[in-house]
Amino acid sequence: MDLTLDNLTPLARAGIPEHSARLSPDKLLWEELIPGGVHWSGLLRRGNTLRITDLHGGANVSMLLYNQEEKTERYNMPDTLKAQHTAFLTRGNVCYSDMGRVLCSIPEDSCGWHDTVCGALDAAGLARKYGAHRFQEHRNGMYRNAVDGLLVEIGKWGLGKRDMVANLNLFSKVVADAEGRLHFETSHRAPDQYIDLRFEMNVLVAFSTAPHPLDPAPAYNPKAIKLTAWRSGTAGADDVCRLSCPENRRGFLNTERYFL
Amino acid sequence: MSPQLLESTLDPARAVLDDVLPAGEPWMKEVKRGQILRMVDLEGNQAVDTIFYNAVDPDERYSLTHTIQAQGALYLGVGSVLMSSEGRPMLTIVADTCGRHDTLGGACASESNTVRYALEKRFMHSCRDNYLLAIVHNEHHLNKRDVVANVNFFMNVPVTPEGGLTFEDGISAPGKYVEMRAEMDLIVLISNCPQLNNPCNAYNPTPVRCLVWDPV
Repeated sequence: MDLTLDNLTPLARAGIPEHSARLSPDKLLWEELIPGGVHWSGLLRRGNTLRITDLHGGANVSMLLYNQEEKTERYNMPDTLKAQHTAFLTRGNVCYSDMGRVLCSIPEDSCGWHDTVCGALDAAGLARKYGAHRFQEHRNGMYRNAVDGLLVEIGKWGLGKRDMVANLNLFSKVVADAEGRLHFETSHRAPDQYIDLRFEMNVLVAFSTAPHPLDPAPAYNPKAIKLTAWRSGTAGADDVCRLSCPENRRGFLNTERYFL
Repeated sequence: MSPQLLESTLDPARAVLDDVLPAGEPWMKEVKRGQILRMVDLEGNQAVDTIFYNAVDPDERYSLTHTIQAQGALYLGVGSVLMSSEGRPMLTIVADTCGRHDTLGGACASESNTVRYALEKRFMHSCRDNYLLAIVHNEHHLNKRDVVANVNFFMNVPVTPEGGLTFEDGISAPGKYVEMRAEMDLIVLISNCPQLNNPCNAYNPTPVRCLVWDPV
């Protein structure tokens, strides 16, 4: 018999709330403005949600996720896509680790498409596309690439090249035609679009706000984002991400057992 | 546009290595720069889950995202260059009678089987078990951190323009093969996929054959 919410032990069931909380002033933990082109990392605790807002329309956030307690457990793109039969992420989806657990879920998303397959802009790609723009001449207006930004951030937590895996690119949309050829789209972009990442585990989050690797815009012009963290609680019994497919029901049960 | 098919002129009798990989088993061998590696789908619709490492510095490994970026497309076929995590060519596909190979499907695992199918599927054999077993018995000192997303030769995972992704019945068939030239000295890590829960192996995992030729 498959395990469901209805046949959990009373103690296990008690750990699952009826609903998670939406953003409201009394739940707010912190906010931070992040310029375009920079890199950031931090720990997001289980039960907190991070709203990421594309302030001006056109931001890209190249992101990696690790279980803070055992960092060899990490966001796994193929497992995430094939469990949910999708090539992109939006409301109702979750980000799976390689261990069959939900690192974070997406209960709200006003953007509609977040790229999972194109990877991050590296130094060679940046130089080829935008040319050199070094610190010596431009100080903190220098051009920065996402791969090196991610390596710096995960390096602060003892991780390195071997821990670099396929990343998310929030707010970027890339569609495939029938032959698999990729096309970068911009028509969905708008100021103040946001995505909520509700953390179902204690997660080390690292990201860069450098441009998407397939963005055809000729000028280097990465856009700023805003981070808003609040105490939401974990996914409820009635949650859109939990109920969106049978795979996710099982994925949440795997995750909840990890914290019993 | 249909996929380009191109046959090889190489003679199996002249191969320097000719191994048959039983269904569900790992295989880990070195292939030198310039050598040609052929994988043959002996009975058809068999996923060959493969990761490549630079034999000199295995921190450099196959990268699906660099490969997709470089060709601006998802599927692999004749002319595709498999790129490393350092953005360098690792292999070039020089012949192919199948037409399409997958970059997105990854490898099956006990844990992902619990999510995708049922919690009790944890105990079925999987590709990631094969990978971990092969690398722990190998001299290259790889570990779980090195198990990154792989290529799935002969596997068909179409992505629709709307972003849907499904595992379809294979477009491969008995005797179809893919052949590639190594652009650097490589470690080749294969799991001949044991997945029984979806059509990636036509619900019946079967043997494949790997041949290697020296440069001509």
